[in-house]
Amino acid sequence: MNKVLGNKKAVFWFIAPTAVLYSIFVILPVLWSVYYTFYNGMPGIKWEFCGIDNYLRIFKDKNFTKALIVNVKYILIVTTGQVCLGLCMALIFKFWLKRFANLIRTIVFFPVVLPTVAVAQLFAKIYEIQPHYGLLNSLLDAVGLENLVQPWIGQASTALGALSVMDIWTATGFYAIIFYGALLDISDDVIEAARIDGCKAFPLFRLVLAPLLRPMIITCLIFSFTGTVKMFESATALTGGGPGGATKSLSMYMYDTAFTYSKTGYGSVIALIIFLICVVGSAIIRKFEKPID
Amino acid sequence: MTYKTKRKIKSFLMKLIVALIVLIDVYPLFWMLTASFKEPGEFVTKPAYALNSGFYIQNYIEAWTRGKMALFFKNSLICTVASLVLIIILTVTSSFALTKMRWKGRGLFDKYFAFGIMIPVATCLIPLFQIFQKMHLINTRTCLILVYAASGISFSIYLLQSYMKSLPDEILEASVIDGCGIYSMLCRIVLPLTKNAIITVLVIQFFFKWNDLLYSMTFVSSTKLKTIQTGLLFFEDEFGTKDWGAIFASVSICVVPMLIMYLFLNKKVIEGMTSGAVKG
Repeated sequence: MNKVLGNKKAVFWFIAPTAVLYSIFVILPVLWSVYYTFYNGMPGIKWEFCGIDNYLRIFKDKNFTKALIVNVKYILIVTTGQVCLGLCMALIFKFWLKRFANLIRTIVFFPVVLPTVAVAQLFAKIYEIQPHYGLLNSLLDAVGLENLVQPWIGQASTALGALSVMDIWTATGFYAIIFYGALLDISDDVIEAARIDGCKAFPLFRLVLAPLLRPMIITCLIFSFTGTVKMFESATALTGGGPGGATKSLSMYMYDTAFTYSKTGYGSVIALIIFLICVVGSAIIRKFEKPID
Repeated sequence: MTYKTKRKIKSFLMKLIVALIVLIDVYPLFWMLTASFKEPGEFVTKPAYALNSGFYIQNYIEAWTRGKMALFFKNSLICTVASLVLIIILTVTSSFALTKMRWKGRGLFDKYFAFGIMIPVATCLIPLFQIFQKMHLINTRTCLILVYAASGISFSIYLLQSYMKSLPDEILEASVIDGCGIYSMLCRIVLPLTKNAIITVLVIQFFFKWNDLLYSMTFVSSTKLKTIQTGLLFFEDEFGTKDWGAIFASVSICVVPMLIMYLFLNKKVIEGMTSGAVKG
């Protein structure tokens, strides 16, 4: 037994190819981008050491601050929306659904599997105002709310909201299904016992379900948080960062800096900051894992 | 109000909320499908929520030929399938070695692979571009396949490990007594027993890779090699913003295969999500 499972040659063949691919294309780039942060210009062309200049630049860069604020707002709105609505939907699945339960669960998961760009194109048309009203504006028009008709993604005040709605629409089904799985693991006896003790719906959730779901809520928050820190694809496809940078995230700013303006070093600093936000943020959320008492 | 009427109102409200949820999830997709069959004139004369008056197939023909959807579709398929094959071969063997085999440094490699889950795509992007440029792989399918496979490793190993841990050691022991070597044990015992986990990984990774935009728009610029996502993103350049019918048709071409595939696999997807997979 030990001899077979300790077969060193087999271990090598099982691990080495994966480790090589993973090291070259995942780990090495992270280390490499740390090295880039100390240089100015573009590799090959005008590539010179500049110390910590790139890091200092961040504090003076208004565009960076703006992108950071947009990104933080987006994280707060979308993470809260996805996790809360997902949880609510899971509770509905568990306690309200009797007929068509399977069908409805299938339908709710629909948006999750759709390509981001396709969803964004669809929503762009829903929010459209020119050359003709899109779905949302024409519905508002039809029910007599003409004064609400507006260029939803064409103006800075509503663009981020419109984007967030789209991302919440896409991902809520995912969290609903995960929470539903966690709810199924909670034994019916526990819920029954609480009911007999006179627990109404809300106290039942607060006192019984929420503590039991706590690990799952944390996991989902981390999932959603790390997903929203990356904020790139949906925003690129729906608004392209506009209008006037109202939906431009850190990743998009990094992309522009590095690839459009060829400032590789400075772009790498931003990339590193995204990574740090990801790690630190997840660590903070994890802190809530164990109740203090 | 009697108890009975109260109950009735409550159950009605419940049904209303459930119906509303379903409506919000389905209506945009339904609208997209109807709009993809509209004639150009219909967008101007009728409000956007109106149903299509006929089935104007021309939109789809436009999207498929002039919009080059056929080409993008092929590119996406090649890149996705090739990277999935790589992911499965690499991660099944590695996860097995990491969970069941006995060797020094196992814990270390375990942590090393797990670390990748935390790394945002954007962080790797700039150096990756330089690496591919040095390897002369920019604007090839190979670079997409490599980076798709590499970026899927951490999460796939994480998923597979949680399944493999639950494989009882007794089965492996029995197979050794029956004369299995390590390779035949993997092929004949472990592979069939983790079949469900492998399918879950395949499905999840398929959705990730098929939907990728960031890598493909960074590393591939020639139209001939564009994947479906980048193709769709620059679609308006080709058609202008006026030709709604063709845009809706191309979005539908992109969406409908995913929906059909999901309907076939939805048990596996949901099972994967609700069982050990995500809980670890």
